[in-house]
Amino acid sequence: MFTSAFTHWTIFRIALQERLVYRGDFAIGTLLRFLPIITQIFLWHAVFAGAHATAVSSGASPQEAERLFGYTYQNVVAYYLLSMLSRAFSSMPGLASGVARQIRDGEIKKFIIQPIDMGGFFLLGRIAHKLAYYSVAIGPFALVFFLCGDYFDTPPSGAVWLAYFASLLMAFLLGFFLELTIGMIGFWFLEVSSLLFVYMLFSFFLSGHMFPLDMLPAWAKVIVQFTPFQYLAYFPAAVFLGKIQGPELWRGLLIEAAWVALFIALSRVALHYGLKRYSGYGG
Amino acid sequence: MKIGRLGKSQGAACAGACPAVRKGGAEPDAKDRICPCYLAHVAAPATPTNLSLQTRNPTIEIRGLAKTYHVYQKREGLLASLGGLFHRRFREVRAVDGIHLSVQAGEFVAFLGPNGAGKTTTLKLLSGIITPTAGSATVLGFVPWERANAYRRRFALVMGQKNQLWWDLPAQESFRLHQQIYRIEPTQFERTRDDLTDLLGVRRLVGQPVRELSLGERMKMELIAALLHSPDVLFLDEPTIGLDVVAQHTIQQFLRSYQEERKTTILLTSHYMKDVAALCRRVVIIANGRIEFDGSLDGVIDQFSGHKIVTLQFAEEALVGGAPPDLGRFGDVLEVTPPKARVRLPRHEVSHLLAEVLGRWPLEDIVVSDPPLEDVIAELFSRSSAPEIEQAEDDRAPMVT
Repeated sequence: MFTSAFTHWTIFRIALQERLVYRGDFAIGTLLRFLPIITQIFLWHAVFAGAHATAVSSGASPQEAERLFGYTYQNVVAYYLLSMLSRAFSSMPGLASGVARQIRDGEIKKFIIQPIDMGGFFLLGRIAHKLAYYSVAIGPFALVFFLCGDYFDTPPSGAVWLAYFASLLMAFLLGFFLELTIGMIGFWFLEVSSLLFVYMLFSFFLSGHMFPLDMLPAWAKVIVQFTPFQYLAYFPAAVFLGKIQGPELWRGLLIEAAWVALFIALSRVALHYGLKRYSGYGG
Repeated sequence: MKIGRLGKSQGAACAGACPAVRKGGAEPDAKDRICPCYLAHVAAPATPTNLSLQTRNPTIEIRGLAKTYHVYQKREGLLASLGGLFHRRFREVRAVDGIHLSVQAGEFVAFLGPNGAGKTTTLKLLSGIITPTAGSATVLGFVPWERANAYRRRFALVMGQKNQLWWDLPAQESFRLHQQIYRIEPTQFERTRDDLTDLLGVRRLVGQPVRELSLGERMKMELIAALLHSPDVLFLDEPTIGLDVVAQHTIQQFLRSYQEERKTTILLTSHYMKDVAALCRRVVIIANGRIEFDGSLDGVIDQFSGHKIVTLQFAEEALVGGAPPDLGRFGDVLEVTPPKARVRLPRHEVSHLLAEVLGRWPLEDIVVSDPPLEDVIAELFSRSSAPEIEQAEDDRAPMVT
């Protein structure tokens, strides 16, 4: 048991080191990746300004005019920052394409012949990557949050904090195992970039990444209920903002946990059957 | 009693001995039902070292192992590419076509064969990287493609020109990782690592990122990484390919002394004769997915070459008078640079040639030797190889489903 923990630590440490090898790339990437957040805030500002103007000219009250689907500009910015935080946990850049590439060029062989659990190895590597990235990116993030502090209403209660952290953790696991499963499809298709593109498209619209899911039409909301995407960005943010309460909150957490379990199982099944049909490409 | 799948040469050998065949009506069977008659007379290796050990449990035991790939056949041209979107044609490639092999503990066996013979596929099967289409194999009592952790901790695979080390980090980090993954005890690990790095002369390079090492240095690091956990079985797939002569020699020397000391069972594939001649007493020649020969190097020449090479050195004065004798009558004249002449001729002709020449021409020197091993094997390969096999197994990894 102890040796196993030390193994995990070594894998983690080495993955972390790998992230830090290319210093320039690391610096530029982490420090400047928060810039799109600024531009998005300006975009929302413009949207609300326009909506406000339209509403006022069609005779709405000042109260109504500053709301869009029940959100004020400040609400939306707060939501957006929180969804960025959720995505900090759940987005997995390069995971699926990396696994597919390793299958295609034969690098995956070393995982097959060494006595390690491939999924666990990738998971530790990904945790290390995120830690490396966010230990630096936390600076600009914290700054933006601080500047927009007024936009947040009442802070959540103790139980809700707990639920929030649970949802963030599960968002990480969900994002990881979902993309890992897509990467495993590389055993059948070798090239998964188109599939990834479709996934990204759905994720873009249905996860709450770009706009709160409350703004979707009713029929779209129904579809969203049956997909795991909302847990990647919308759900944790909504929990924090107090939009989801009481039994609905616990039910949401349970469903999120179920999705995580499903994708863990799927990734293992995909690995098992994928290895069976693997032909050892790449020499 | 059904006969297992046999190659032409194997079938011929078996037919004479097997009562089932002599009775007629026995059909070759694609499944792995093996004829015990075949096992006794054909598959059993003929080297003396093995005959005495046959009663013990072999470390590697392969029976009727076969692996068939379905390879996408693409026709040339853009139109064909578009057509390929709708309809794909596949061809079956029998990379490994029913092989039988027994390797005892501590043996150092060479797998020789042309490109596409099935050497690498066999190693991949024995490492558990791919699963076979038919047949069985056990290594150290494990079935490789079940990938039990207990098995994976006891063997190692090194593939020439392929990396298992982390590219951007120094080799020592990869070694540390191996220590953890294979659960090597720390003092043991440090001792082994230091021994190996000293033996291969790369001690000062362990702190350098792997991407900055030359090919030879990288191969040495790969070897070290593979041996850190002192595996009982080592699979080497063309370990010296692409290396310069000095590096090749260093690695050969290293492997030889390592194997002598540790008695590791080693299976080495190569198409470099020097690797084989330097290291292995037992040679398995594989071509077209079938084992053509299993025995010692000398046995290869005996079995596959019916020729000898005779080098004649004529005395100077003998050639002044007239032309050298017409040696072409006896065999192929390889070279005539007075006063020497070299002829390659069938064994039974040697005495005729000597009788003819000795009597009539004064000679300073006669050498009768075996043809170079490379020539014998090259001829064996060209006799049995088929062009499409070479296409299928090339490094560009064709689309395989």
